[in-house]
Amino acid sequence: MSYASASSSSGDRTSDHRDLPHVLAVDDNHVDRKIIETLLLNSSCKVTTAENGMRALEYLGLRDGQPNSATLASKVNLIITDYCMPGMTGYELLKKIKGSSFLKEVPVVIVSSENVPTRINKCLEEGAKMFMLKPLKQSDVKKIRCHLLNCRS
Amino acid sequence: MDVVQLQSRLSEYLKSLFNDGTLDGQFLQLQQLQDESNPDFVVEVVTLFFSDSEKLLDDLSSSLEQPNVDFRKVDAYVHQLKGSSSSIGAQRVKNACIAFRGLCEEQSIPACLRCLQLVKQEYLYAKNKLETLFKLEKQVVAAGGSIPSLDAGS
Repeated sequence: MSYASASSSSGDRTSDHRDLPHVLAVDDNHVDRKIIETLLLNSSCKVTTAENGMRALEYLGLRDGQPNSATLASKVNLIITDYCMPGMTGYELLKKIKGSSFLKEVPVVIVSSENVPTRINKCLEEGAKMFMLKPLKQSDVKKIRCHLLNCRS
Repeated sequence: MDVVQLQSRLSEYLKSLFNDGTLDGQFLQLQQLQDESNPDFVVEVVTLFFSDSEKLLDDLSSSLEQPNVDFRKVDAYVHQLKGSSSSIGAQRVKNACIAFRGLCEEQSIPACLRCLQLVKQEYLYAKNKLETLFKLEKQVVAAGGSIPSLDAGS
């Protein structure tokens, strides 16, 4: 299964589900996908995961560079993507997102297990809002939540 | 053994896993993500780690047995294993993978095969320890107790 849509948050149960920010997390590593999903759910986000760049773009409604006619606005508020992925890297995915007129405003966070300054600079220059090192901790996700999504509670 | 004794045995066992480097702080991060709405999170993630790792170790063995070894593929497998072991806090497995990646650059099959054995050993050691940990946790819960949490700073 390429997408996992998890809709419940362990946080405020009285808040309207539709108000929760929706994050798309992209990572080819199964263990990391499960962890990032839980980290985000614990931070009161709706989460969808994708196992590679292609699936992420399909989910976002962007195929072959052209948006599907049915998709008018981005359905996600934030995209977190791993850098090292086979096929399409996180950097290549970032470029496609930033190159799309209807997706380019969505903030993108790149995560990587490797601290390579040239890699970090290249991603930030291409428009990534943040670059974080794996493994991610709860405090990292809180930071992302506060800086890039409406910081509530 | 009563609940308090079982909890104490569990705490001591977990501490020993940090002391010998089997686990690092990232494991505590996972424990902190576990709560009433997600009560089996750690076991689920670690079980996923076990099945993914076993597949990766098999893939590594077969890729090193090929007539023309593709070291980029070998490196990619080790990168995956390094990533997931790091994410669950399996420190010794992670460190063995880091050493392995260094050898991939040298492209020496005998050295890689030796390193693969080391990675396997560390993996089996960690697996054994974690399975014992989960068994001890079950005993605490079965006796009506709750799993004590270690302070992330300790």
